[in-house]
This record gives sequence, C-alpha cells and structure tokens, in this order.
Amino acid sequence: MLKTNDVILQFTAKIVFFIIFLFSIHIFMAGHYTPGGGFVGGLLTASAIVLLILAFDLKTVQTGFNINYRLLVATGLLLAVGTASFPMFVGEPFFTHFYDYFELPFFGNTSLHTAMLFDAGVYLVVVGVTLTIIQSIGEDE
Amino acid sequence: MNLVLAIFIPLIVAIVVPFLYKSFKHIHTGWFVLAVPLTLFLFYTSFIQRVANGETFSDTLHWVESLQLSFISYIDGLSLLFSLLITGIGTLVVLYSIFYLDRTKEQLHNFYVYLLMFMSAMLGVVQSDHVITLYLFWELTSISSFLLIAYWFHKDASRFGALKSMMITVFGGLLMLGGFVLLSIMGDTYSIRELIAQAPVLFEHDYFTWALILVLFGAFTKSAQGPFYIWLPDAMEAPTPVSAYLHSATMVKAGIYLVARFTPIFAASELWIWLVTATGLLTLVWCSFFALKQTDLKGILAFSTVSQLGLIMSLLGAGAMAYHVEGAAETVFKYAAFAAIFHLINHATFKGSLFMIVGIIDHETGTRDIKKLGGLMSLMPLSFTVAMIGSLSMAGVPFFNGFLSKEMFLTAMLSITEFGFFHFDTWGVLFPIIAWVASVFTFAYSLYFVAHTFLGKHQPDQLPKKAHEAPIGMLVSPIILAVLVVTIFFIPNIVATYFIKPAVIAIQPFLYSTTADIDVHISAWHGFNTELLMTLGIFVVGFVVFMTLTKWQHHYNKMPNGLNFLYDGMMTLSDQGMNRLSNMYMGKSNQTYLLYMLGSFVVLVLGTLFTQGGFAFSTTHTAPVRFYDIVIIAVLVVGTLITIFTKSRLTSIIGLGVVGYTVALFFVIFNAPDLALTQLVIETISVALFLLCFYHLPKNSRKENRMRFQVNRFIISLAVGATVTIVAIAAQSQKLMPSISEYYKETVYSLAGGGNIVNVILVDYRGFDTLFEIAVLGIAGIGIYGLIKLRLDAKGKEKKHAENK
Repeated sequence: MLKTNDVILQFTAKIVFFIIFLFSIHIFMAGHYTPGGGFVGGLLTASAIVLLILAFDLKTVQTGFNINYRLLVATGLLLAVGTASFPMFVGEPFFTHFYDYFELPFFGNTSLHTAMLFDAGVYLVVVGVTLTIIQSIGEDE
Repeated sequence: MNLVLAIFIPLIVAIVVPFLYKSFKHIHTGWFVLAVPLTLFLFYTSFIQRVANGETFSDTLHWVESLQLSFISYIDGLSLLFSLLITGIGTLVVLYSIFYLDRTKEQLHNFYVYLLMFMSAMLGVVQSDHVITLYLFWELTSISSFLLIAYWFHKDASRFGALKSMMITVFGGLLMLGGFVLLSIMGDTYSIRELIAQAPVLFEHDYFTWALILVLFGAFTKSAQGPFYIWLPDAMEAPTPVSAYLHSATMVKAGIYLVARFTPIFAASELWIWLVTATGLLTLVWCSFFALKQTDLKGILAFSTVSQLGLIMSLLGAGAMAYHVEGAAETVFKYAAFAAIFHLINHATFKGSLFMIVGIIDHETGTRDIKKLGGLMSLMPLSFTVAMIGSLSMAGVPFFNGFLSKEMFLTAMLSITEFGFFHFDTWGVLFPIIAWVASVFTFAYSLYFVAHTFLGKHQPDQLPKKAHEAPIGMLVSPIILAVLVVTIFFIPNIVATYFIKPAVIAIQPFLYSTTADIDVHISAWHGFNTELLMTLGIFVVGFVVFMTLTKWQHHYNKMPNGLNFLYDGMMTLSDQGMNRLSNMYMGKSNQTYLLYMLGSFVVLVLGTLFTQGGFAFSTTHTAPVRFYDIVIIAVLVVGTLITIFTKSRLTSIIGLGVVGYTVALFFVIFNAPDLALTQLVIETISVALFLLCFYHLPKNSRKENRMRFQVNRFIISLAVGATVTIVAIAAQSQKLMPSISEYYKETVYSLAGGGNIVNVILVDYRGFDTLFEIAVLGIAGIGIYGLIKLRLDAKGKEKKHAENK
C-alpha cells in the first residue's frame, strides 16, 4: 500500500464508513420489498471496509476488524445450505421458505421470512469473498 | 423405528466421532463406535422371525419428489440377511479394531468415520428398492473403501491399492448406472420390485441385453470377478480389520447381492446364465490356483476370497437355470441358489475369522511373510485353533460349515450336466470338472495357509518381534466366528429356515412363493454318491498338491502377470496422454486462455443462432432514442477508447470505471434500480481492487505491446462484440414464448410473501441458482487466496510476516 498521510480523507472515511455500513444493513433488510438484498448489501459492506483500507492501510484496518474473512465465507455457506435443507426435516421439499407476520416491540407488525436467513448467508459469503480477495492481493508485496 | 433412518444412523454418528476422539483421548474411540453396529444388529434381529414367516417391510423417505427420487428401504429375506451380516460382522470388526489399532499412534477418528460411512453405504446398497439411490450408495461404498485402503496413506502401496480399487469399481459402477437407467426406461419405474414384476415385458425389450451386460459390469467389478479381480489383492494394504470387513465379508459381496437381486429379471436370458456361471467358475479355479503362489498371508486370503466369491457367483448363475426347467423345485436344480446363500453365510464366518487371525499374527510377530513364519502353534494356541477351524472349513472338511455348502456346490455343478438348453448339453460336463479342480486347489491352499504358519519350525530370528499370544480382547471376535463355523455345521437346517430360505425366495420367486415350498434339507451324510467320491478325491489329490508344493511353487514366477500389466499400462498411458493433451493448451498466459474462451463463445453462440434460425430483426418494440441516451453512449465510447489507447495504466483503470458507471446510469434510466445499485457498488469495488493490485500487473510495458497490433486478438474482440449485439437484437425482436414475469407479478406476494421480484427470484424462485452461485463465489475466493499464499510460501521465509491469521 502507498503510505498515505491524508488527515481529511481518514477523518471522513471514519464517518462515512458508518453511514455506508448502516445503509448496507438497511439495503439488506429491505431487500424483500424494495430494491436491495443480500448481494448488494454484502457488496456495500465490503466497499465500506475497502474505503477504510484505502484511507488507512491494511494492517490498521486489520487491527480494527480482527475478522477471518474465510471463516465468514464458510459461515455464510453453511447458513445458506442449512436454511435450504431445513424444510426436509419437517417433511417439506428442499428449499421451501416459510414466512409469517409477527407483532414485535418497536417494529410493530413485521413479516419474518426464512428467505431472510438464506439472504444473510449470501450477504456473509459476498462480504467474506470480496474481502478475502482484496486482503490477500493487498497483502502480497 | 424408521427403517430409512436406521440406514443413516452410522453416518449421523460419524459426525460426532471426531469430537469424541478429541474430547476423550484416554478412551479408545472404538468403544463409542461399537454401540452403533451392535444396536443396529439387535434391531435387525427383531425382524428375523417375521421375515421367516414371509413378511416384508418397507419404508420410504422422499428426497426429490419431482424426480421420483426417494430412499426406499425394503426388508425381505435377502436384504435382511445382508443387513445382519453387515451389522453383525461390523460389530465384531469394530471390537477387534479396538485392540488392533493403537489409541496413541493412529488417527482413530479418520478410521471410524470412514468405517461408519461404509456401514451406512452398505446398508443402503442392500436395502434400497430404488435403482438410483442404490447406485448412490454403491459408489459411496467405493469411496469409503478407497479411503480405508489408503488409511496408512504415507505408504506408496496403500495409495496405489486404493486408487486401483477405486478406478476399477467406479468404472464398473458407472456402467451399472447405465444399466439401471436402461432398466428404468424399459420398465418406466425406478423400483426394483416393480421392475421384477414386469420381468417378461422387459425380456422382450431391445435394451434388455445392454442392461444385462452393464449391470453385470457393476457386479463383476465390485465382487472382483473375472479380469477385474486384480484390485482385491492390492486392496490388502488396508488395515486388517478393514480387509476382514470390506474386502471379505461385506463390500465385495455387493456384486453377489446385485446378481441375486436381479436374477428374477435376467434369469430368462441365456447370456446371463452363461456369463454369471462361467465367469464365476473361471474366477474360482484361476484364483484358487494362484492362491498357492502367494507368500503373504493376506495375499493368500485375498486370492481365496476372490475364488470363493466366484464359487458363489457360479452358483447364482446355476440358480438362474431353474427358470428354464419344468418343475425345477422337485429336481436337483433347486440346490444352486440355496447353496449360494448358504456358502455366503459360511464364507463370511470362516474368512472373517481367518483375516482376524492374520491380523493377530501380523500384530504379534511383525510379519505376514509365510516364509519367515512357522511353528507358532505352541506359542499361539488359541489363534492356532481358530485358524485351524477356519481353514478346514474353507477346505470343505466335515464338522465345519464349509463342508456342507461345498457338498451342495458339487451337487449344483453336477446338475448343470443335466441342463439341456443353451448348449449346456455339450459344454455342461466341463463345469463339475472345473469345480473339482478348483476345490483341489482350495483344499491345498487351506492347508498351505495353516501349516506353514503354525506348524513346522519356529524361526524367532526371522521375526521382527518376539511372538506371543494376542490379548484376549483381540481374540474374542475370531473365536465367536469360529464357534459359529462349528455351530452351523450341527444346526444347518435352523439356519436354513431363518436365513437361507427367506433369501432364496427373493432370488427365485419364479420357483417358490413361500418358504414352505423350498424342499431342501441339509444333511452331512447323503450315502455313497458322486459328491462324496468327489470330496474324497479332493482330499487325496489336494493333499498331494500341498505336499509337493515346495517343489513346484517357483514355477509360478515364470507365468506372465498380464492383467496387472494391462492395468498399469492403461494407467500410465492415460496419465501421460492426458498430460500431453493438457500441455497442448495449458501453461500459457492468461491472454491465450481468454482467446480460447471468447473464441469458442463466438463460435458456439453464433453457430447455434444461425443453424437454428434464431436471428430476427424488428423495430416494433423499441423505445425512442432520446437525447441523453446519445450523450451517455458517447461517454461510454470515449471511456472505452481511453481504456484501450491510453499509455498510463492509472488512466486506463479510471477509463474502465467510467464505462462501468455509465452502464449503471443506463440501468437507472431503464427502471432497473436493483441492477443499477449492484452495478455501482461492483464498479466501485473493482476500481479499488485494480488500484490495490496496481503493482502486480505484468511487468512488460505497454509501449512494446501497443506497437504490435495483434490481428487475431482484434478479430476476436470484434467478433465478441458483434455476437453480443446480434444476440441482443435477436432477443429483442422476437418473443418465442410468453414471458415468465407475469407469473412472478401474480405470485410474488401471494406465494413468496415479498414485494421486490428481483430479490424474491434470487432467494426463493431461483434459490438453487443463488446457492450454487455463492458456492462458486466461495470457491473462487478460496482459490485466489490459495494461489497468492502458495506463491508466497514458495518464495521463501522472508515473506512469512505477511501471513494472514
């Protein structure tokens, strides 16, 4: 990485990171009804972290997010496969999704969906893969 | 308890085995595993009485209903007998392995995971009533056998043997799948029971002979029959409990099972009878002859196993003859199938005990070389007794169960001479002669095995370890089997009522409908008949062969080892051939691969488009071209030109970014917010990625390359662009079928409970695609990680600080 010493960039990046991150969560959550979903959400989260990497450098970001991204990929895949195969254990065909409406505190009448869990798997895989690639290429000197 | 669940229990337990191994280091993992086969064995024994009464049981677990794929567990006499063998011998083998495999030195969790995997697979093979799942389990037994043979994978011989067994059995398995597919096309069902019900119709079908040959390929490779026997001797590199279990008592009998199970379908065919009987008999005589060549104890047993499997196979072939004989149930033809099942049980008992004894000898003396062994009788009296019982039973000597089934085998072979069809009136006389010769060799190698190990002179200086008797825990399993060997001799008819007759009904439903119809009574004494004279002859000549063995054993070395030579040659040839083939197109730069890929893309797509008449051009549904469309297009073109013609790499990357963002703008204009969003983020990340690997781009400077105008690349690029344009125009200009989007619009809320069709397609309608896509994405990510890290490691140690945690 190039040595950067840009105070303004670093300061803005710190704030913008949270904005992008929250937006990515929103995009992910809202995906079933409005534009968005696990794939875009994951990419946005990844880009938020990439922004930090560009503003600081890989090592600094690594000390901040001590995450093994390959583990994230595995978790995401397991979550996706698990959600897909769960119906088989209750006598439904593979990949049947269930949904219903629940009265939740704060949120009111909310629809909860197993597709969301699957999408969460997609989200994790996308974040994990993107950052695995970027990190390993970036580390390679 | 659910029958299908019972099949999967070992597999489910296998998941926790590694954790048990890690958590309880001081307890041998085998003790936990032992509970699985034992429980299942007790579970299956509860069916014995009911199955003997003629009941059958069946249980279904639907897998993919739209493809009619389901796990159907079907318990009748035949599958119950095999299930009992699998779980019963499995229990003894696990018990034996606890003492055989050292807790502190071996990777026990691997061993038991593979073993449990095999157990599930084998139960699945014998209980499946669905040909596709039968095939699935069949291949799973090949894979678990591969893993178990290669258990000591640091040895070259283990890996070689594992690969050989895998190559041959999977080759046969694939052919068998072809046979199954043909059968299911002919009968329009995947169920074996329903196929059997339509046997006469199938016989008339054009595919019948093909199906027959293909299924037999599966059976012969798995049971090491005919030329395919060569994998079994090499499989002996596996730990001895594995050899006793997989390569003697159960897995190699899967082929026998298959032939027995499909006899009702194929018995009508002349080809079936000839192939099964002749292959079995030739294998029997060939391998019993070569068993005398072996000096490795396990080698003797391997050849002996192959030859005994041939014996059972030939009996099943003779059993199919009963289909063609009027009133066969009253004649000598009733014996063959019965004898096959009887010998199958006997073989499992005596060969299992012999393998375990060989394991003990190996364990306690450190060698299996028969030339170094000898005189162990006084040192290992218990092992000697068990080995003696096993060998004499194998030789067909009275007071052991092998005698009874060997007599019935001779009866069945003699009956072939009376079979008047399919040229057996001329050739039939050869069968009892070959059978007799094979029995002579069998008798001789049985004596050879036991005498050269336990009798003769003890040579302590030749042995790596000081020989002594094995711990009692290790002896329990072989002793139980040896006791069975003797017991079965005295109560054969009880065994027949509960195990053999129910199984025979499954093989010969055209002869019998209930067990009461089977009029076979086993007795040790038949009076002075041909069989008795033949047996006496076997004893005398066999003894002579054994006594003179040392004088002519060296002549074996002069015989060519053609089949193994053929296998090795084929492996080397395919290895080198494939290497040469891939070297023709691999090992070049990325640009060359891109040329291949894009070139074939153009040829395939354009070829299909124009040969199928898919091209059309119409402007009826096009939107009007607006001013800002033209502006964006202009930006796109400029961005592209900058990317190509700029001298600076940085400018090039930014130019590429411009192209990407303008495409995103197009998505916005054409009301595709999801696509626009994704495109924007992807573009951002890939620009960042390009910047990151700025330093890693190839060294060759742009100036040199830019000067050299490459015609072929130019043509390919132009062609790709043209292809995409043509396809886009063709797709826009015609609607061959109604769009699916109407269906999505109607059901997105009512069925999927969502509002955003794009996302619901991703996670629900076409969830399979997404699942596979993220799997591919994950593989790609790990692949890139591996590529980069691997290169780092190869460079040297100074790069280690870059190690990712």
